[in-house]
Amino acid sequence: MVIDFVPLWTLILGAAVFFYVLLDGFDLGVGILYGFAPDRASRSLIMNSISPVWDGNETWLILGSVGLFAAFPLAFAIIIPAVYFPILIMLLALIFRGVAFEFHFRDAPHVTVWDRAFSIGSGVATFAQGIVLGAFIQGFNVAGRKFIGSSFDCFTPFSLFTGLALVFGYGLLGAGWLILKTEGELQKRSRQQGRICFIGVVIAVGIVSLWTPLMDHDIARRWFSLPNIFYLTPVPIITLLLAFFEWRSLNNQSEVAPFIWAIGLFLMSYLGIAISLFPMIVPHHFTLWEAASAPETQAFLIVGTLFLLPIILMYSAWSYWVFRGKVQSDVGYH
Amino acid sequence: MHLDPLVLSRLQFAWVVAFHILLPAFTVGLASYIAVLEGMHFVTKKEIYFRISVFWTKIFAISFGMGVVSGIVMPFQFGTNWSRYADATANILSPLLGYEGLTAFFLEASFLGVLLFGRHLVPRWAHFVAALMVALGTLLSTFWILSANSWMQTPAGFKMVDGRFFPTDWLAIIFNPSFPYRFSHNVTGFYITTGFVVIAVGAYLIRQKKFTEEGRVMFSMTFWLLSVLVPLQIVLGDMHGLNTFKYQPAKLAAIEAHWSPERRAPLTLFAIPDQKDETNHDVIEVPLLGSIILTHDLNGEVPGLKQFPADQRAPVAIPFFSFRIMVGLGFLMLGVIMLSWWLRLRHRLFEAHWFLRLCQWFAPIGFITVIAGWVTTEVGRQPWTVYGLLRTANSVSPSLTGFDVILSLIGYMLVYIIIFPVGIILMARVVRKGPLEAAKREPIEGGQPRAPVITPPEYNPHGH
Ligand code: HDD
Ligand code: HEM
Ligand code: HEM
Repeated sequence: MVIDFVPLWTLILGAAVFFYVLLDGFDLGVGILYGFAPDRASRSLIMNSISPVWDGNETWLILGSVGLFAAFPLAFAIIIPAVYFPILIMLLALIFRGVAFEFHFRDAPHVTVWDRAFSIGSGVATFAQGIVLGAFIQGFNVAGRKFIGSSFDCFTPFSLFTGLALVFGYGLLGAGWLILKTEGELQKRSRQQGRICFIGVVIAVGIVSLWTPLMDHDIARRWFSLPNIFYLTPVPIITLLLAFFEWRSLNNQSEVAPFIWAIGLFLMSYLGIAISLFPMIVPHHFTLWEAASAPETQAFLIVGTLFLLPIILMYSAWSYWVFRGKVQSDVGYH
Repeated sequence: MHLDPLVLSRLQFAWVVAFHILLPAFTVGLASYIAVLEGMHFVTKKEIYFRISVFWTKIFAISFGMGVVSGIVMPFQFGTNWSRYADATANILSPLLGYEGLTAFFLEASFLGVLLFGRHLVPRWAHFVAALMVALGTLLSTFWILSANSWMQTPAGFKMVDGRFFPTDWLAIIFNPSFPYRFSHNVTGFYITTGFVVIAVGAYLIRQKKFTEEGRVMFSMTFWLLSVLVPLQIVLGDMHGLNTFKYQPAKLAAIEAHWSPERRAPLTLFAIPDQKDETNHDVIEVPLLGSIILTHDLNGEVPGLKQFPADQRAPVAIPFFSFRIMVGLGFLMLGVIMLSWWLRLRHRLFEAHWFLRLCQWFAPIGFITVIAGWVTTEVGRQPWTVYGLLRTANSVSPSLTGFDVILSLIGYMLVYIIIFPVGIILMARVVRKGPLEAAKREPIEGGQPRAPVITPPEYNPHGH
């Protein structure tokens, strides 16, 4: 008896990537906004709001990349070399940003190069991830089991645009997080930044939603043919509703809602991409099933994954619980 | 100049992994040390262990952060530069890496926050448990990654179909022939590496006369530990070598710069290996000792490189010298340990200033030894990525040009050359402040003071 593990792995990998996007997304977003903080104290507050959780968040990136390697190695072997430079740029930026957490505190009295490393690193890493996303949607030049294009193929107007879009997207998540974790002036400023990012996101999602089907006939057919169009219309409608809620919550006093609705917006965009591409994992070339690793491999890893993933989720939830509430930079100070 | 993407990719991998290994070599040991200190504080309730633990936790925070960011680079290397290797070996190696990520990193990432920031947020026992879990996590990390590496050295439990590896027996894969030796030799090496750093810092604190009590505890405790571990490591190294002899004879011949197989072989202490003429120059050797060490038998036969086709030999000089550096430093460590026994017997362990200073100089010795050992292992494996089965030349990503890789290599070089010295400077700053400063209660632990401690009032965010 052979069980088909591919659907389960698709779900797990999909969830891992989505968790990464959400979690590191908000702390990269917070990093981007950090660059706009006016003074030292609010900078410290902003950084403290993510310093206990960021490396847990970044761990999802490892799970995502290793998960792709484990479950769909052919996709890993084709896609990763194809986005050689965006990956390189992302990694170098993440290094700078990651060490900035430590280095910044050691040299706290000064605005140092590490403060800049933190915000610029966050922005650059986000932009590079957006390029990977855009290049992935566009597809790669493949022969046999190999990527045969050039390492610069991935830089196209479309992928540069998705890069920019993601900067606004993570910025929105980051603003939502700061609204949740801070109060007073800082919270007010975060709302303002959230509104700016929101407008950027709406424009970007709109343009990508038009650009993608124009660029790719398969995707156009998926969305606009009958009867698909009936099943799929809820997707844009729900997205629009969420956008409306997000805008409203950014403008009233709610502290939790901006973050929640922003997550909803990400979820819908993510679903949109998944609907466009399913069941391809290397667009136009290999399906999930063709790129999957050996059933023995998938079976061996699924045992531990199904056992550990829930525990991991509980631990993560617990550490968020331990550090719940507003960041208090002002203890013993007022 | 012709830029070869293969050579550059090899250089790049060596560069990023060599820097990465420096941090596990330190943090694996330090995590266990902190867990022990927390445990001793929990049981004995003595304040001093608490102070020492807080002090090392600060240093741990910096090095762990660097370990994580340099580690994230690593799995991506398999994809960016070694995609054909990834395609061929994924069915076997990916679950090992997957389990590494799952079991180990999440243990760390989840409990790390509590260890670093949560001292006053959770009960004391929970903080101790967090310290234990972080230590366990680093060890599991090491377990899986070394299993993966050992499988590449001594593959087992697989079948090959169309040039790709498929698993047949997971236990044989995980516990492949070289794994037990590699794992124990590495973990012991990591503890030794950390031990020499702790000793150096202890010596510094004693000599500064400000925190002598803390310094003495560190110094004495760690010398006891190393008194066991360094001799043990030499025995483990010998066993590791015998294993290599059995499963990777061509590597062993390269390590020993042995060209012709022979019985009653000498041990070459020094030589300049000549790959082209298949001989050595300027040789210093001890008769018979080679056979004795490698086979534990006077008449044992030692393999020679000429038994293997020229295109299946490693570049001899590199493993030959790096191995001698490792072993030499290992015996140097033993010398230091023996000095400590002698001084302890004479009750002068904390008084002999020359010895304290010597110990300070020895801080980096473990790191150098670990790198030397790894260079022996990895260069000795050449020209294979999976020993005897998959060539390095067939592992590299086909789409890469030399130009691509030189760009990325320069990127990694620049970034690491900036990051690592800054990290070391910051850790040195923590050391210079000493444990008292470190133990002051701060709103957020792990050496991350919140703004009010360091921000003058005029920077008030609320503007009043
Ligand atoms: C503190 C660190 C340390 C010390 C004191 C030693 N080693 Fe070592 N050695 C390592 C740290 C290390 C290492 C970095 O951990 C390596 C690299 C790969 C591995 O498995 O362990 C290693 C590899 C390694 C290998 C290569 C095996 C292979 O991959 O084929 C051999 C034969 C030895 N060692 C033998 C010794 C001997 C005879 C020593 C006696 C002094 C010794 N080591 C001291
Ligand atoms: C951390 C200590 C390690 C060091 C210092 C190290 C060092 C090196 C060096 C010097 C090379 C280049 C060898 C040559 O081309 O001549 C290399 C290659 C490589 N190593 Fe390691 N290595 C380490 C651990 C690992 C581990 C744990 C793995 C796998 C899980 C690994 C996998 C590889 C691969 C895939 C290559 C590229 C192919 C090759 O050149 O053989 N290494 N490493
Ligand atoms: C002998 C070689 C290696 C050992 C013993 C080792 C061990 C460790 C340890 C203990 C950590 C935890 C961080 C720290 O303590 O500083 C770590 C981090 C990491 N290592 Fe390595 N590693 C080795 C080589 C590699 C290689 C070849 C890879 C590539 C697959 C890799 C991937 C990672 C990743 C992704 C992280 C960051 C994960 C996190 O904690 O968030 N390591 N490594």
